[in-house]
Amino acid sequence: MNQTGNEPLAGLIRAESGRVLAALIKYFSSFDLAEDALQDALEQAIKVWPQKGTPKNGGAWLYKVAVHRAIDRIRRDKLHKSERTAQILLDLAQSHEEVDPETAYDIPDERLRLIFTCCHPALSRDGQIALTLKTLGGLSAREIARAFLVSEPAMVQRITRAKRKISDAGIAYEVPDRAHIGPRLASVLTTIYLIYNESYAAFEGLTLTRKDLANEAIRLATLLYDLAPDPETGGLQALMRLHNARRRARLDADNTLVTLQDQDRSAWDHNTIDEMQIFLGDLLSQHRPGPYQIQAAISALHCAAPDWQATDWPQIVELYDALAKYDDTAVVALNRAVARAQIVGAEHALVEIEALAPVLADYQPFFAARADLLARLGRHKEAKADFSRAIALSGNEVERRFLIKKRDGN
Amino acid sequence: MKYMALIYSAENAYQGKPEDLIAAYNKFAGEAGAAGVMVAGDALEAISTATSIRVRNGKTSLTDGPFAETKEQLGGFFMFECKSLDEALEWGAKIPTADYGTIEVRPIMVFDS
Repeated sequence: MNQTGNEPLAGLIRAESGRVLAALIKYFSSFDLAEDALQDALEQAIKVWPQKGTPKNGGAWLYKVAVHRAIDRIRRDKLHKSERTAQILLDLAQSHEEVDPETAYDIPDERLRLIFTCCHPALSRDGQIALTLKTLGGLSAREIARAFLVSEPAMVQRITRAKRKISDAGIAYEVPDRAHIGPRLASVLTTIYLIYNESYAAFEGLTLTRKDLANEAIRLATLLYDLAPDPETGGLQALMRLHNARRRARLDADNTLVTLQDQDRSAWDHNTIDEMQIFLGDLLSQHRPGPYQIQAAISALHCAAPDWQATDWPQIVELYDALAKYDDTAVVALNRAVARAQIVGAEHALVEIEALAPVLADYQPFFAARADLLARLGRHKEAKADFSRAIALSGNEVERRFLIKKRDGN
Repeated sequence: MKYMALIYSAENAYQGKPEDLIAAYNKFAGEAGAAGVMVAGDALEAISTATSIRVRNGKTSLTDGPFAETKEQLGGFFMFECKSLDEALEWGAKIPTADYGTIEVRPIMVFDS
């Protein structure tokens, strides 16, 4: 929607489009029809609003216009042979209640249905991510393609395939009931967190698109928490916002990565950190812990420490133990061992890390962590070899520059 | 909507007693029937009984054996009538072979008349 050349208008459209689209899909039981109709309404808004002024409730305006355009499309495309669409046409003809965008009319909020449908575990994870960004984020296929470094046609195909599966396989447009919500929510949270990680891990170009993905993931988690305040959803939101609050300190003047240990902590966003500390405290007091709340708590301890040495390492190790109950992986064990090194010393930690070597043979952070411990123990030759291995495994320029500096300074 | 649940497993994957498996299937079919989701369901004879047919240029050729030689083979099916994919997946997960094999769930295609 950047092509409007009208930034306030584009911003408003972006903010409203997810909600309008969610309601349209509910109304017409069709992703494609809803998207086409919303596109029609957006084009109309771009033409009309600058002349006649922006309506009080832009969302209701878009919804109203889109419903009419959808009906035009149904008539034109002769889709009304189907019972469902015929019924809609009939209902509409009989309805005297008109949406008035100048009053405080609110369109129904169906975004929760949309999130759960887009992140349905029967869809491929790539499909879930793409469809969520497209429908709820209001991003174009081109923007998503650029962010994920794939071609636009490939991204369009990914989105189309996901939408087709939803309609052809009969994935219901609904929020799962109490008995089924647990695993379904976990799938939604994973998708949102993958969107965030995509922006963060592939830090390289530091392009706007990448940063936008992080903001988009945070926005989705915030929205999800507002719609359904589960403590794990809150935990994910806190985790991402605490992480993001340190973003500014992650790069030095030469665009080289600065690790947590050496970051200028005054450059962190302490307003966000303070806000998230309180928020996380409220979540944890509900005593319904989960992996995202635990990871957020680890991040919060780092954020609360005045420097690396003064970090509450024993509590961080305990939290990693708790995390391992949900996520018993070598990556969690590696992070735990790195924290343990601060308590028991590099020599002991090295023994713990060695045990993970067979599983993490292609995992860059493993070699960077082991190199660090070896260097601390004065085993410089081995450390150099591990840094070189980490450099070879790194897929990211900023990180690579950092590792080369470490290796050559070692 | 109608859904087909295709039941795949390796021929020797089931480790228990055959009568237990038959009992589990009878129980499952009974539950699905009582819930009104069961349209049809049957088991197939072993793949050693399979014959594959191909007609090319009007000429029929027969091959002894299944469509493709894979470890997991189609061993049976159920057809369900369900409200949504989620309901079909829930029933699919209850098929006894899901514990050691794979259940593939696909909607039956609807043709516009």
